[in-house]
Amino acid sequence: MANVLGLRCRECGREYAAAPIFTCEWCFGPLEVAYDYDAITASVSREKIAAGPLTLWRYADMLPVAPDSAVDLGTGFTPLVRADRLAAELGLGEVWLKNDTRNPTNSFKDRVTSVALSKALEFGFKVAACASTGNLANSVAAHAARAGMRSYVFIPSDLEQGKIVTTAVYGGNLVAINGNYDDVNRLCAELASIYEWAFVNVNMRPYYAEGSKTLAFETAEQLGWSVPDHVVVPVASGSLLTKIRKGFDELYKVGLLDEEPHVRVSGAQALGCSPVAKAFIEKADTIRPVKPDTIAKSLAIGNPADGYFALDVVRTTGGAFATVTDDEIVEGIRLLARTEGIFAETAGGVTVATLKKLAAEGVVRSDERVVVYITGHGLKTIEAVSPTTGPTATIAPTLDAFHEAFDIEES
Amino acid sequence: MSVTVRIPTQLRSLSGNASEVQVEAATVSEALKALESAHPGFAERLFDDTGGLRRFVNVFLADEDIRFLQGVDSPVTDGQTLSIVPAVAGG
Repeated sequence: MANVLGLRCRECGREYAAAPIFTCEWCFGPLEVAYDYDAITASVSREKIAAGPLTLWRYADMLPVAPDSAVDLGTGFTPLVRADRLAAELGLGEVWLKNDTRNPTNSFKDRVTSVALSKALEFGFKVAACASTGNLANSVAAHAARAGMRSYVFIPSDLEQGKIVTTAVYGGNLVAINGNYDDVNRLCAELASIYEWAFVNVNMRPYYAEGSKTLAFETAEQLGWSVPDHVVVPVASGSLLTKIRKGFDELYKVGLLDEEPHVRVSGAQALGCSPVAKAFIEKADTIRPVKPDTIAKSLAIGNPADGYFALDVVRTTGGAFATVTDDEIVEGIRLLARTEGIFAETAGGVTVATLKKLAAEGVVRSDERVVVYITGHGLKTIEAVSPTTGPTATIAPTLDAFHEAFDIEES
Repeated sequence: MSVTVRIPTQLRSLSGNASEVQVEAATVSEALKALESAHPGFAERLFDDTGGLRRFVNVFLADEDIRFLQGVDSPVTDGQTLSIVPAVAGG
């Protein structure tokens, strides 16, 4: 790729050639793709993007992989919808929802997987692998099938049925581990040093993570090449939040935005797994890992790889973190469904409940244009709402039974 | 106390390619110091300028992250294994 210079350590700045590596051999900091922004500026334009496909590949100039080798199920360019009823309920003004439940495997993870496996083919890998809390499992299994790659997907064994079945159906190897995500992740780090596989979120992670920038690119394009005042983003590893900010900054850097963006970035975590939020709230410099205990399993990472970077973004942009309980998560899912007709998984419940909390605290303000990232579909975590959600009435097939159950005045 | 320290691939050039090193120590901190004495070069890779563990270095004692124990002050018992795991990825 002409636009990619190589990889650079986010901690100490050491530079490396673009290879399937993810960590600085000196300080162990994470590596990030370094771009030639002058070259991108020369090649990219709003018109060229508008003429591109209605997928994330319309932004190929700003991704670290050649689009002609893309492993593509049609990911991206998901709806950005105005949410007036939700805004009214929360006392806010202009609120938008980025509905990433509308991706091929129903979560934002299709963005990162599409980029990672495209790059994996470029490197010549034959096997795709990942450590997953569920959504990535779906996505890697599906994209590996699409690309004709073998796959090994590793998950905690206690995941929701809606994530296990929707991974296994694609026919790769699905390995359930008796442990939490951090245990799975550690095992995958060891496996990645033994097998020559493309672990999308281990040795392919620098490329994989870049896929998340497309959420910012689409948001800006769909807002007529302008940016929100405030975004609310769910936090697991912290990569998504960090990359959304990077995405807005890059748009300005390559001349696609007229004004330098100043987007406040706020993070959402479940109380039962909130290591980054806790560091923010306690004004701490270190992030202490936790053992997760929450229904928001897709966010249940106790030792977040990009926690420090996410904390830094939230602090420097004037955003905030909030934590929400399992009951608040369920209420968040229902609030979003009831007001806007979008059914989100537990991570979306965390994000909406956090928006509600930050609005009540005055952190998210009614004079701001707010974008909220809804990253996964509710059918994946139906267990969260099924105990409290069901038919309004179950009746005999007669008019009398209906009239007995419903006292209806309107016609 | 005799402790086994598991050396990650990235650091094996410092241990003469050994994947494990035996040291005598009563705490995690002592074990890592003993590692530096036996194979100079580990300390500057594992610790930052303030003497703390680099923030992307994870140390596990008997498979438990030492941040869930008493950090580098965690006591070690005879025969335990200490694993150095650089940089978590994932997510």
